[in-house]
Order: sequence, then structure tokens, then C-alpha cells
Amino acid sequence: MTSIIKIENLSKTYASGFQALRNINLEIREGEIIALLGPNGAGKTTLISIVCGIVNPSGGRVTIGGYDIVKDYRAARTMIGLVPQELATDAFETVTATFAFSRGVFGKKADPAHLEATLKALSLYDKKDSKIITLSGGMKRRVMIGKALSHEPRILFLDEPTAGVDVELRKDMWNVVRKLKESGVTIILTTHYIDEAEEMADRIGVINKGELILVEDKDVLMQKLGEKRLILHLTKPVTDLPAGLSAYRLELQNQGKSLVYTYDANQSESADIAHLLDAIAAAGIQFKDLETRQNSLEEIFVNLVKK
Amino acid sequence: MNIYAIRAIYKFEMARTFRTIAQSIISPVVSTSLYFVVFGSAIGSRMNDVDGISYGAFLVPGLIMLSILTESISNASFGIYFPRFIGTIYEILSAPVSPLEIVIGYVGAAASKSLMIGSIILATAALFVPLQILHPFTMLVFLVLTSITFSMFGFIIGIWADSFEKLQIIPLLIITPLTFLGGSFYSINMLPEVWQTITLFNPVVYLVSGFRWSFYEISDVDIITSLLMTGLFLFICSVFLYWIFKTGYRLKK
Repeated sequence: MTSIIKIENLSKTYASGFQALRNINLEIREGEIIALLGPNGAGKTTLISIVCGIVNPSGGRVTIGGYDIVKDYRAARTMIGLVPQELATDAFETVTATFAFSRGVFGKKADPAHLEATLKALSLYDKKDSKIITLSGGMKRRVMIGKALSHEPRILFLDEPTAGVDVELRKDMWNVVRKLKESGVTIILTTHYIDEAEEMADRIGVINKGELILVEDKDVLMQKLGEKRLILHLTKPVTDLPAGLSAYRLELQNQGKSLVYTYDANQSESADIAHLLDAIAAAGIQFKDLETRQNSLEEIFVNLVKK
Repeated sequence: MNIYAIRAIYKFEMARTFRTIAQSIISPVVSTSLYFVVFGSAIGSRMNDVDGISYGAFLVPGLIMLSILTESISNASFGIYFPRFIGTIYEILSAPVSPLEIVIGYVGAAASKSLMIGSIILATAALFVPLQILHPFTMLVFLVLTSITFSMFGFIIGIWADSFEKLQIIPLLIITPLTFLGGSFYSINMLPEVWQTITLFNPVVYLVSGFRWSFYEISDVDIITSLLMTGLFLFICSVFLYWIFKTGYRLKK
């Protein structure tokens, strides 16, 4: 997959002296969804803002589709759409008027067919002539996405797009994002909801204290950093582990009613599991049920930013 | 040139004017008409002519200029301050639009509104006082130049201001006094000599004087000097705007 955004040695120090970004290098592939995770103040929004031209970088270079964001800003910016974190809308304008404005400032001629399709895709068609001030928070969030899509961008930046929206709407948004990806739009998503990244992203980037500490394919990341646990629910409680099982990372939990085996998801330990089950049977321990659990992205993320 | 962007900004700004027509157009026209009624028709009839022109007619160019200055500044400053205040400025900053195109869109809309108001006031004035315009082309030049220049000035204020209070400070505490003391209601020849000299440091004198000359061929300063001073102020505003966009002052972090 080719890169559509290339970020090289990007840094940002604000006038206050706060260093928001430190030497960021990142390539974003065309057509992917990349989620940028990080605690508050990590630098996610600063990174997006620089790429979109809202914040001036202190050093480094960014290209979008091969165009430098400073020298060839017109060509670069034509390709992007931005949904910022804050609900910033023209309260007294209608939905249609704000969409038309957004398309215009991005240099595109009015296209009623595209306008209608966007309104319908975001379930805003019934509200097209309503003033934005009359819409609910969730609807306003949709308007923000619609504005960003009004000029048919190839790249969409979503800065905390589902912050403060209810569960149902969040799922609706996820569907919208999925459809955009299917249509070939590259999506850069920052989020506080780890499950959102887990659900949506192809790749995960973790930013902490202005540094990009990790970028990895989501599945690889979860395999690489995710511990797995095999939990056996025992027929009768066990007080002590038999000596024959001491070679395994086993732990008794739930007052001896559960036997937990922890192993690395990255290793091929299926043979070990088979041996373990044989050893457990040989020790006379019986179980009525078993399950496996893997570390969630949230646990992985918390471990990473704690370091 | 991103013509679509200029058009979009211009249309968006003009739409607000028509949406708030009572505040944007009717209110300044009514308040200026009151000046004509009070100072032109009522008090004016008891006052002496100024340089051979009835006081009511003498007032017209000054009052139009007063409206043009205040409306240009107010419209342009609000036009750019409001998206900064509510946060929608992100869209302009992230769009493929140049500083010049942004200025043309916002300043063009603000200047258009001022011209509309100026024209309506001129037409209204004709109902109250006898009017003549000896140099309509020069009048138009002054009208357009002043609208653009002070809309640019308002745009600068809108970028500088970080509160609604600051947005009002310069128009209320500087522009309005300068306009009142800049010969809108009197000829500066009526002042003692020392005040005449001091008044020449007021840039509004040149605008009002030149504009009045286009009506009646009477002026406090030479018409060419008036035009040059207006051009100079336009140049200074352009330099400031260039600097603002070059540095991202109050627009980009």
C-alpha cells in the first residue's frame, strides 16, 4: 500500500515553551484507518492541526499525496477534510448553507447531487433546512462530519469524533466511517475510546508526551503485546497445586475454583497447552469448563503509556 | 485563484447581513436619518450656511462618511472575529485558500455592506436636504476606497481582538471621536488656528474633506492630499494584513 501522508522529523514547541511534539516520523497508507491513541495533552490534536495547516510546525516536513503542506498547500489541503474535536458550527445557519460554504472554500463547484447524498448518508436529509442551533449534539456532530466530507476529500481527519455522543450514535458513526473506508477514503482518527480504535482501526499509533512511541498493525500489536490466559473452571476446589504442574505459569484463583494459565499470545504454545491439559488430568484435577482471554487494547495502551 | 472560496466567504457573510437586516442595514440608516432630521431640518434651518452651503446639505458627506467608517469596521471585525470566537475558523485555515482570497471574501463583503448603507443614506438624505453631487466619479472613488480601507482596518481589529469588549474599544473610543472631530459636522476653518493644525493629524479629516469636495467643491484640505492620505491608510492596512498572515498572528498557534 502506498503512503498518502509522510511526516518527517516533525516537532512543535509552543510560544510558552511547551514541547507538544518531538521528532515525529510517520507514514500513513492510502485507504487505511489509523487510530492515534494517547492521554490528554499527548500531542494528538497538535499533530493533526499541523498536517491540516491550523498550527505552524517548529521543525520537520509533512507531505500529503506528495505535496508539501507549506509550499504546495493548495494541492495538499484540497485532499483533506477535518472534523475537529470541538463542536464548532455556525449556529444560525442551515445545514445546507454550511455544507455549501465548506465545499466552496475548498474550491469545489456546487454539486446538489453530492450534497443530497452526504445529507442522506449522515441521516441529516430531514434536517437540511434546519438551523444548526436547533439540532441535538449528536446531529451537530454529524453536521461537522458532513462539512468535512462536502468537498469529497481523499483523507479525513477525525479528532475525537464520538466524544460525548451516545452509544447508538457512536455505532452509527462507526458505520459511516466504515463506508468511507470502503469508498477509499484514508482515515486518521484520534480517540479516547480504546474500543473505538479496537473496532475501527487497521493500525494503531500511540503518542505520549509528544513522542510517537509505537505504530503497529492492530492485530500484530494485540498479538505482540497481548498476554493470553487459559482459565479452567474446576469441578472441585483445589488448595495447592500438585508438584507435577510446577513447570507451568499456573495460578489458583477464585478460592481454588479456577486454575489460570498465563502465556504469551505471540508464542506457538498449542503443544504446551496440550501437555498442560494432560498433566492436569494426570494430577487428578477435573474441570467442568474452560475459556481463554486476551489482553484488551486498553490494557496494552495503559501499559505502554505507564512506561 | 480560488474563486469558489472567495464566493463562498462573500455569500456567507452577505447572507448574515440579510438575515439580520434590521440590525445590519435598517438600524444604521434610521440612526443617520435622525441626524438629518435633527441637525439638518430642525436645528439646521436656524444655522448659518457653511462656505455657501446650507448646514443640512453640508452635513451629508460627513454623516455618510461616519456611517461608512463605523459600519466597515464593525462588519469586517465581526465577520472574522465571530468564526474565531466560535471556532469555525479552523475550516478557513485548513482550506486551500490564500490570505489574499480570505481578505477579498471578508473585506469585500464588509465593504459591500458599507456601500449599500452609504447609498441608502445618500438616498435618504435627498429626502431631507437639497443635494448636489458635482463630481460623482470622485465621490464613488472615495466611497469605495474608504469602505475597503476601513473594512481592512476592521478585519485587523477582528483578528487582534480576543474579546467582544476589545472588538468595540477601537470603534467606540478612537474611530467615533476621530470622525466627530474630523470635520463631519463643521468645517475645520471654523476652529481656532492651533486646533486647525492639530486636526490635520486626524486622518478622518482627509476622508471627509475629499468626500465633501466631490459633492460641493469645498474642502478643508486639497483633494489630491485627501486621495493620497486615503491611499496611504490603505497601504498601511495592507502591510499589517500581510504581516498577520505571514506570521499567523492570532490565527495560527
